[in-house]
Amino acid sequence: MSSAAELSWFARHEIRLAWREWLAMMTAGRHGRKRGAIIGLIAFAAIMHLPAYAVIGRFAELQAPLDKSSLIVITATILLAWALMLSQAIESVTRVFYARADLDLIMSSPVVLANIFSVRIAAIALSVIAMALLLSTPFVDVLVIGGGIRWFAAYGVVVAIGLSAAAVAIAVTIVLFRLIGPGRTRLAAQILAAIVGAGFVIALQIAAILSYGTLSRFAVLTSDAAAAFAPDTGSMIWWPARAALGDGETLLLLLAGGLMLLGAVMAIFSARFADTAIRVSAHAAPSRQNSRAKTFRASSRQQALRRKEFVLLRRDPWLVSQTLMQLLYLVPPALMLWRSFSDSSTAIVLITPVIVMAAGQLSGGLAWLTISGEDAADLVATAPLPASRVIRAKIEVVLIAIGVTFAPLVAALVFASPLQAAITALGVAVASISATAIQLWFRVQARRSQFRRRQTSSRLATFAEAFSSIGWAATAALVLAIPVAAAITGLITAAILAATWKISPRRS
Amino acid sequence: MQTAERPSALQVRGLTKRFDRLAVDALDLTVRAGEFYALLGPNGAGKTTTLRMVAGLLRPDAGSVSVLGIDALSDPIAAKQIMAWVSDEPMIYDKLTPLEYLEFVAGLWGIDPAVSEPSAHDLLISLGLEPHLRERCEGFSRGMRQKVALAGALVHDPRLIILDEPLTGLDAVSARHVKGLLQQRVRGGCTVILTTHILEVAERMADRIGVIAAGRLVAEGTLAELRQQNGHNDTSLEDMFIALVDVEAAAA
Repeated sequence: MSSAAELSWFARHEIRLAWREWLAMMTAGRHGRKRGAIIGLIAFAAIMHLPAYAVIGRFAELQAPLDKSSLIVITATILLAWALMLSQAIESVTRVFYARADLDLIMSSPVVLANIFSVRIAAIALSVIAMALLLSTPFVDVLVIGGGIRWFAAYGVVVAIGLSAAAVAIAVTIVLFRLIGPGRTRLAAQILAAIVGAGFVIALQIAAILSYGTLSRFAVLTSDAAAAFAPDTGSMIWWPARAALGDGETLLLLLAGGLMLLGAVMAIFSARFADTAIRVSAHAAPSRQNSRAKTFRASSRQQALRRKEFVLLRRDPWLVSQTLMQLLYLVPPALMLWRSFSDSSTAIVLITPVIVMAAGQLSGGLAWLTISGEDAADLVATAPLPASRVIRAKIEVVLIAIGVTFAPLVAALVFASPLQAAITALGVAVASISATAIQLWFRVQARRSQFRRRQTSSRLATFAEAFSSIGWAATAALVLAIPVAAAITGLITAAILAATWKISPRRS
Repeated sequence: MQTAERPSALQVRGLTKRFDRLAVDALDLTVRAGEFYALLGPNGAGKTTTLRMVAGLLRPDAGSVSVLGIDALSDPIAAKQIMAWVSDEPMIYDKLTPLEYLEFVAGLWGIDPAVSEPSAHDLLISLGLEPHLRERCEGFSRGMRQKVALAGALVHDPRLIILDEPLTGLDAVSARHVKGLLQQRVRGGCTVILTTHILEVAERMADRIGVIAAGRLVAEGTLAELRQQNGHNDTSLEDMFIALVDVEAAAA
């Protein structure tokens, strides 16, 4: 096979794999759901136009030349999208190294590895861009409908920043391999992806709190200080914003820059990609010595189960990165709390929903890992204790972990407002119990390593978990602000939970 | 005590399980205490389903299971207390060390640490895992994982051990270690039931052999008895097995 034929054959193979992986994700791996998934996706995209209009509709009329404040807001939004794409691309690269089962096959075949990995790098870039285009469609549509066809150029900007995000992700991951080795890179890359994804928004929120006492990042972006600090309107920094507004020449330059960056990464790293992959397969599971000489401890059967779960949670790389992300999201409210000791700002009310929401989300993940993610299911099922006690021990682990994580924040809140602390604590408890209950109703038998795919096993559970966390967060906030409205949102959330239970497989 | 006079360690009567098709068809099976029993059969014959029902991992549609006189369906906890199950796919925790895994298993079975800790060390050392006692299992080969799972099954000193293809993935030395350990347990009065596709293992180790096909027990006995039933004293187990399975397939 010629080199060109080889490349095109492998590109087709990669596209087919990517398409099937995506389809399996959308249909939860079940045949006969293709039509339903497509209808659901179209409906979701249509519904997403409403929040997109609320967020971005007011910018549709913007015309060049823009003032500095508008340029800052648009550039920051593009930068946020880039950070999210970078986060997704870092995850994709690590998945290629660690999760694809075909590396042995590819590397033992008589093909030029640099060619093959060039295609794979391009495939990563394509998948990142495709996902970004899909998610940005409602927003760009709103801009096109409100401001004219010039906004179609925004799609080009998405492609350009997608190319650069993929290039940077590949370079960063391979540099990490070289610096800290394959064993540590997986965890480091997961943490990096979490920090990159959340870090930009959080940094803006922190700046807003410190400068203006509000959680709104727009306060910083539209401030006079930001305008004074920002470079002149002719600067290259504003190219993405100008390209998004329909400046064709700038858009072409951006696309060319993105392609050149990706091409350079392909040229430099394709050959090393193969070396790195070989090193990963050789050191895929580093053996870690636990030098501490421990003696067996006397315990009840439930204590043995709880201890095992705590050890596994502590050693779970996903959980480390996820908890770090949740804790990062809690930094801005914690900062507001700290400021409110010297300032009687009513903005402190905003802390409660953030904490309740974070507790609900973290509980859902923890509950899946402990209840469904049981690697030795047969062992636990053949142990001489009733299944109900196994489940109880696992639920206790989730609730204890949540309690330990959120108790310091609630305790700090007591000093600012005892009533708000009590309502927050109640909200955390209700959100955690609800998320855990949903995971219990929809529990499956899976391996912990399948966590990334947990959403695909039941979309219903995923949506119910999200609605429950949002619902209880809103209810807790409204109890403090408009108690009558809290009763309504509380009832709606409880009704969602009841409906979820009614259609859950555990009930039927 | 003569083998035939021993009390039964496992008594299965009319055991039935249906999935899309009938997997186990009103099976009757008796394994005597202190016996090494090999259950053979082609793929999909119902061996694993039968043993999973005995271990309490599957609920039968009909029939009874008695483990050392305990009704395993009405009192599963008491039956599980004296039983151990090792599946063909070693299920252990990647993030635990072998010692931590065995501590967990001992805790689940409520074994006093003063007993379980030395026992765990001895077991892991006898299986050749001494250099890896405090390494997390994530880097272990399939054979090493299988050995950790086996040690977990033995650490609570069960009176009935059920193993589904326990030698899959083991090298010759490790397989010999495992076979030695199982024979040692049988000599100590423990009952071992195992399924295997390695007929030589059944031929050399088993006191009695059962052949299952299409969910039914089609032949049972010592190797000599099976040869006698087959009418050729010099027939190998492999030939007999193929003949039995072919007859069943033709009948089906």
